[in-house]
Amino acid sequence: MKNWGFNISKPRAIDFDTADTSEYSKIIEKVPSAQRCLMCGACAATCSASNHIDFNFRNCHLKYRRGQFEGLAEEFDKCMLCGKCKLVCPRGVNTRAVIYNMRIFLNDLNYKNIE
Amino acid sequence: MNYHPFILPFSLGAIFLFAVISFKFILWIRNLDRKQRYFVNKNIFSFKTISAFWEVIREALIHRNIYKKNPLLGYMHMSLAFGWFLLIVVGKIESSLYAGTFFEEPWLAIFFKYFAKEQHEFFGAAFFSFAMDFLLLIVLSGVFLAVIKRFISKFVGIKKATKHNKFDRIALASLWWIFPLRLLAESSTAAISGNGDFLTGSVGTLLKAIPVEALELPLWWAYSSVLCIFFVSLPFSRYMHIPTEIVLVFLRKWGATIGEQYSGLTDIQINSCSRCGICIDACQLNFAASINNVQSVYFIRDTRYGNLTDNVANNCLMCGRCVEACPVGLELTLVRQQLRNKAEIPGKHYFDYSQAKTIKDKTDVIYFAGCMTHLTPTIIIAMKKIFNEAGIRFWFMDEDKGLCCGRPMRQQGYIQQSKDLISKNMRLIASSGAKLLVTSCPICYKSFTEEYVLDIPVMHHSEYIKTLIDNKSLKLNKTDLSIVFHDPCELGRGSGIYEQPRDILKQVGELRKCSLEREEALCCGGSLANTVIELETQIKIRNHALEVLTESKPEVLATACPLCKKSFIHGNKAKVMDIAEIVAENIILQTKIKTLTKQSMHLTKDLKTKIN
Repeated sequence: MKNWGFNISKPRAIDFDTADTSEYSKIIEKVPSAQRCLMCGACAATCSASNHIDFNFRNCHLKYRRGQFEGLAEEFDKCMLCGKCKLVCPRGVNTRAVIYNMRIFLNDLNYKNIE
Repeated sequence: MNYHPFILPFSLGAIFLFAVISFKFILWIRNLDRKQRYFVNKNIFSFKTISAFWEVIREALIHRNIYKKNPLLGYMHMSLAFGWFLLIVVGKIESSLYAGTFFEEPWLAIFFKYFAKEQHEFFGAAFFSFAMDFLLLIVLSGVFLAVIKRFISKFVGIKKATKHNKFDRIALASLWWIFPLRLLAESSTAAISGNGDFLTGSVGTLLKAIPVEALELPLWWAYSSVLCIFFVSLPFSRYMHIPTEIVLVFLRKWGATIGEQYSGLTDIQINSCSRCGICIDACQLNFAASINNVQSVYFIRDTRYGNLTDNVANNCLMCGRCVEACPVGLELTLVRQQLRNKAEIPGKHYFDYSQAKTIKDKTDVIYFAGCMTHLTPTIIIAMKKIFNEAGIRFWFMDEDKGLCCGRPMRQQGYIQQSKDLISKNMRLIASSGAKLLVTSCPICYKSFTEEYVLDIPVMHHSEYIKTLIDNKSLKLNKTDLSIVFHDPCELGRGSGIYEQPRDILKQVGELRKCSLEREEALCCGGSLANTVIELETQIKIRNHALEVLTESKPEVLATACPLCKKSFIHGNKAKVMDIAEIVAENIILQTKIKTLTKQSMHLTKDLKTKIN
């Protein structure tokens, strides 16, 4: 078949019965304010890293919440932890702490000194 | 031979103590990193060693620093440390003179009164007897103060005392009992054989009321056992700080500093903490947000006993108030940064961003606003105005696609990632060929000055504006604006810049004082270093800081950090402005004057030609 450059996208419905949301509850435990997030995307809009490269914290947050961890660890490596997102958040979410904790949970090995 | 079995607990304890301390010291010194070894080797045979000796006497024996904080607390430490030291030294001389040889039994000095019962005549016997009683009295007064301090800590100026663990309690209890038991044991012997002086003699007379012969040996046994308990518990308790601090003073004098990685010096610093709890009183998380289990003293303790939790490690503003307050001078924020260190994946590059921005035309000055300054654009506008008015061409390095300076990464322990950003920024700065780097953010400033290897000077904008004013490139209006200056943590305590911003503000308006400023300045609460506290806690810290800052009801609260500005501005207590904004508002516009004079000169020329 000829390559159009377009194809039919796979179904992306998330089955919440099988999705792993337990990891996200750990984040909520660490950063309770994450519950207040209304996915407005202000964090992604101000992001210094997304100025250079395709990185969207709002997207990552949503994926993490739904238990879709594929490729997230590499995605978070793009963050410079500069903290701008935390300052612009209209809901007062400590987004920087959310990213920080997600990084650690996604890559436990990286966290050697403190259990 | 002067021997009695009761010396055994003391002797065994002392041998154990010596063995454990030597083992630990050898281990730590072997673990020093390369840079630290280099400094030790370089400076070990220099005058620095002599000045280290002097500092050991001043700090470890006389405790001058604590004395300055609170005279009573200083006296307590001095009487215990210096008093006990003199008891050992004078006791040793006394026993050597008595035995007629320097190599008498090592325990003779400790239990001298028991073994030297008969009337003895040697050079200065009466003096030594008096001196030993006097020194014992001094030490006992210190113990007395220590007991009072344990129950009423406000008495010696400490608001919140440290909560101790079981090792500390055992060591503390035995320490309290050593000197009262020594007094009782010596007095009981004095009561029997009459070899006491003014203190032991008089207590001995009192003891005669009870059957003292039966008590004498048990008392000496108790004294020796308590000494043994103290010696055995010392290396595992906070009293390990006594020997370790001496090593720390020497290493510090020789120039060894804490690096990026955990090393032997970190161990030495951790063990030098006396858990006095002065850092608890200094910590804003304690007095403004009532969090009191994460302060440096607990952080160091948990690290030492290997039960550090990430809550304790990460719950810190890294404002440096505790570093300023610490009487031992530990580099607490750096130790914390080391323990946040994450494992590195060798050779991996994290930020494969294409070159942020390439320079088009060469300029003398680079302006690096910093991420936070981009959220307070008025500072950028003000800086642009200042540059233009001073007639300086500059390159705005992170105008559009800027990179972070790397410090936030480093503070969370991602050293390799931080280095990645640093090398990218350094390449950019080097390629520009500029002669000066000006930044608006104290966080970036600290990073540029300490972590970057640059061959051009770095200035914070407050320093830069000061030089512009000094060389008359900028002229400012003097107004009657009342201003209070807030010292940002990274600029003040972090980089030691206190005067320049104040000098500028004095030229613009009336600078008012604040009760906590300079080294004691409060953090705005917005610090990036803390990933545990939430907005609610930050607001508590900010409100407390605002209250202190606006005591004198100033019209403007000036700061030099975009992050502080961002935190304070929502407090609605006073108008918050950055130094650059205040300056930009009050510049006497020279470009305008110049163009006007130029125009008028042209006009007069025209007129003259017309008239002619």
